[in-house]
Amino acid sequence: MVTTTSPARQRFETGGLWLLLTAGAVVMFFPIYWMFATAIRPRDEIFSGAVNLLPTGWVWGNFTAALSRMPFLDWTWNSLIIAIAAVVITVSLNLLCGYAFAKFRFAGRDILFIGVLSALMIPIQVIIVPLFLVVADLGLLNSYWGVILPRAAEAFGIFMVRQFMVSIPDELLEAARLDGASELTIFLKVVLPLSKPIIAVLIIFTFMWRWNDFVLPLVILTDQEMYTVQLGLNLLKGQYNTEWTDIMAIALLSLAPMLVIFVFFQRQLIQGIAGTGLK
Amino acid sequence: MADLSMTYPKERSETTTSRKSGWWSSYRSRLTPYLFIAPNLLLFSIFVFFPLLYAAYISVHQWSLIDAPEFNGVQNYTRLLSDGQFWQSLTNTVIYSAATVPTSLILGLFLAIGLNRKLAARTLLRSIYFLPVVVSSVATAVIAAWLFNDNYGIINALLKQAGVGPVAWLSSPRWALPSIILTTLWVRIGFCMVVYLAALQSISPSYYEAAVIDGATRPQQFRFVTWPLLRPTTFLLLILNVIYSFQVFDLIYVMTGGGPGFSTTMIVQYIYQAAFASSEMGYASAMGMVLFVLILLFTLIQWRINRRTEQFV
Repeated sequence: MVTTTSPARQRFETGGLWLLLTAGAVVMFFPIYWMFATAIRPRDEIFSGAVNLLPTGWVWGNFTAALSRMPFLDWTWNSLIIAIAAVVITVSLNLLCGYAFAKFRFAGRDILFIGVLSALMIPIQVIIVPLFLVVADLGLLNSYWGVILPRAAEAFGIFMVRQFMVSIPDELLEAARLDGASELTIFLKVVLPLSKPIIAVLIIFTFMWRWNDFVLPLVILTDQEMYTVQLGLNLLKGQYNTEWTDIMAIALLSLAPMLVIFVFFQRQLIQGIAGTGLK
Repeated sequence: MADLSMTYPKERSETTTSRKSGWWSSYRSRLTPYLFIAPNLLLFSIFVFFPLLYAAYISVHQWSLIDAPEFNGVQNYTRLLSDGQFWQSLTNTVIYSAATVPTSLILGLFLAIGLNRKLAARTLLRSIYFLPVVVSSVATAVIAAWLFNDNYGIINALLKQAGVGPVAWLSSPRWALPSIILTTLWVRIGFCMVVYLAALQSISPSYYEAAVIDGATRPQQFRFVTWPLLRPTTFLLLILNVIYSFQVFDLIYVMTGGGPGFSTTMIVQYIYQAAFASSEMGYASAMGMVLFVLILLFTLIQWRINRRTEQFV
């Protein structure tokens, strides 16, 4: 905003605002810090009753101890398989479908697009019971496919791709068609290279959603050998509800991929979230 | 998501198909878009649209999964009307939404406006407020449960130093819902902030320059420039947040399991219990249908109000 107030008063205002925002940020960051501080401090310190904001010592062994007690690596393996397969399938399908909606004119297109949009209005929580029954009828309970397939089509991604690809010039596609390129070749060789920014956003979001998923795995994967990281963390909280060192260590490890994404791909994350609000 | 109007690509020139000889290639090129859409359509049909129809079907049956479904008309729905626990879960959901939605919008807007100014360490501050958005709801619930722990949680420890408490945060019906609401705000504020920030940055500075020439004070600039231009964003965030609140499950399931007693049981949790603890598939599906209609209605009402009060771009 452009201001009409005097410089001194403005500086005072800005300073106050900054202090307020910084104090807020300290409060917001505290839970993350406290998870780390709990995971790393000596175990007996937790129950001492004293308020030690800083750990008296750093016990890295807490992490290896927690790992040796919990099958966290198995959970991670399951989560990775599910999330990576979901990324490959969902992103490919999003791109194909969004491209068709953006760059082709065909009978029934608008109806089909409204159909896709309406899928946005049916949250998985609402259909979790029949979805469970469908997955059971397909014989996919306790299998990776049982959690991958139901969420493989993602309306939000299709919508994002369509919005992005509308701005690809038709002349480019026409030129390739005149050169005799097949539609698939055009998609792979012309459209995809132009779509790298949106592909990055889709990969990051799909990975994040599938990594963080809870309710669908909860009803589909009942066998503990199939547990994902989130299911495992929930199990820990229920069964070892006094072992806070272990729980916080595992919680921190479960966040590791998200923290990496957060640090390196924040621009794409913000772009994707802002995309829900704009356009 | 706001822009539902389609931008039509130019009609494809006929020369493309006629150049490639024969009916087959013409047929095939017309088939292309359908082939590109087909896999998604198939998956949506099996895993979204069919389940919705299936839910409608099951909701008029009694079914414990063991026997065949037995038709019982609208009995599941009439039972809902007289089920105190259902009304309790609905009330809880409404309270939860009313407490979280406006607060996260207001705080998100405040943060966005503050962090849109030139401030020291602005990028870092933005990142910190945004960080909870990527944290899974299970991890959020686990961390919150530790902070709010009755005996060893840091919040009670700090309160004790201030001479207050201890408060039975998660083990008393009185404080469990407020604890969950605070935890939800931790996640939602950053989300709202990011969306508002993007909207603020798309406002042309020339509007403010013009307002200043007209002698507008800063509150007036907000009242007459920022707020009206942010309306579509506010509207969208309102819908999204209400839908999130009505479908909340993960966070509360892990944090309190709906308890103590029934004090934090939301609709989805009650559906989950009816289906997977009591094996009442018909009753659970009827509740699912009610929830679906509620979400749909709210979205439609909001669309109507919005379209009447302004032109949505």
